[in-house]
Amino acid sequence: MSAAAVDCAGVWKFYGDYPALRDISLSVPAGRCLALIGRNGAGKTTLLRMLAGYSKPGKGLVTIFGKSPRETDTRQRIGFIGHGISVYDELSAIENLRLFGRLYGLPNPERSASEWLERTGLERVRDGLVREFSRGMRQRLAVARAFLHGPWLLLMDEPFTALDDRAIAVLQTVLRDALAAGRTVVMSTHQLREAMDLATHVALLNRGRLAFQGERTQEMVKDPGWVYAQYGES
Amino acid sequence: MRFIRQVMVITAKDLRAEMRTKEAINASFAFAIVVLLILSFAFEPTEDTTREISGGLLWIVFLFAGTLILNRSFARELPNDCLDALIAAPVPGAALFLGKGLANFALIFAVEIVALPVFGIFYNVRWARQFWSLMLVMVLGTWGLTAIGTVFGALTVNIRLREVMLPLLVYPVMIPILLGAMKLSTDLVAGQPISGDLMVWLKLLVGFDIIFTALSLVLMDTVLVG
Repeated sequence: MSAAAVDCAGVWKFYGDYPALRDISLSVPAGRCLALIGRNGAGKTTLLRMLAGYSKPGKGLVTIFGKSPRETDTRQRIGFIGHGISVYDELSAIENLRLFGRLYGLPNPERSASEWLERTGLERVRDGLVREFSRGMRQRLAVARAFLHGPWLLLMDEPFTALDDRAIAVLQTVLRDALAAGRTVVMSTHQLREAMDLATHVALLNRGRLAFQGERTQEMVKDPGWVYAQYGES
Repeated sequence: MRFIRQVMVITAKDLRAEMRTKEAINASFAFAIVVLLILSFAFEPTEDTTREISGGLLWIVFLFAGTLILNRSFARELPNDCLDALIAAPVPGAALFLGKGLANFALIFAVEIVALPVFGIFYNVRWARQFWSLMLVMVLGTWGLTAIGTVFGALTVNIRLREVMLPLLVYPVMIPILLGAMKLSTDLVAGQPISGDLMVWLKLLVGFDIIFTALSLVLMDTVLVG
């Protein structure tokens, strides 16, 4: 396996003439957790979506484990949690997970789906339609969907936003387990305390530019706003 | 094998979701019946006139009713950002196109199969004299509409006025298929077998189906991700 799980080299992204990302060069070693922070509109979501293969850079190169994000075997190794929960309201919890298990070619989608329903505390409502779920249950199902295929790289766009206590606990547990198992995590977040708790590396985006990247330090743990104070816009 | 499995999984998912909500199929079926009914009142055609216009009439109904189903195909993926999950999954664009295309085809064909006898009753036409040939033309014509509609549905899914934009974009592209299907259906409803000039129209239908299917298979990834 390549040393870098995520590698961006001179990446630009334009929306029309507006550069949403400007010359981003960023590397995340395998097995580490990067907290991607920045104000609203800084380009965090744009960068994460590019890493997940949803869009291509206008200039520069993005590689995941040394390959293009759009290659089939790269996609097999990525799990993504975006702003939406990415599960179908018309299907039940088990049907949703079985569906994605089959799309990812898991050897036993039924068993994997059942295991993740249990891990996320949803086994009791496995046959319930998602449209009847509470918000917290839907979010836990989204976590199960993203982790179902055992991804080596987890890309998460503000994963703690609007989660209830139980969903936060579930997410923190599965993230810690994933990191302990050598998985790589890149998450954008405004919840600095939760982020610094998990992160090994931190990157700050400021109006599309990379203002800071480096290992998480004790200053950041003690004062989660430290990076903003040192490198953010005034 | 994995490719075929993924196609089947997507088809089954779309059909299951549609059968639970019945949003598109109910609207499409009701629309087809209402249009057939209104046109039967509007024209009060004789049997001979009906035979002359039957192909055009049927395919206009199939086209408009089918558009309702095609519009829903990718729009169904928008709530909860489900399209993102499909694009992120290790599923080739071609499998996504075929999976959605087959589900659309099944739904549109189901509407057509119900609308056809209703057409026979409203217009007092014995339409089944060349039943199997007519089925062949319907399959080929419907697949052509479905292939074009599915790939353009992906193209317009994030457009705000997609319900308007999809028909505006696809109807001109569908003209060759509609011409062939209308001509063949008119003669088949009149009881003529497929031979002579009709074979040329049949070959045109097959040709366009192959071309549009091949283009869609190749272009789907680009349409979805750019």
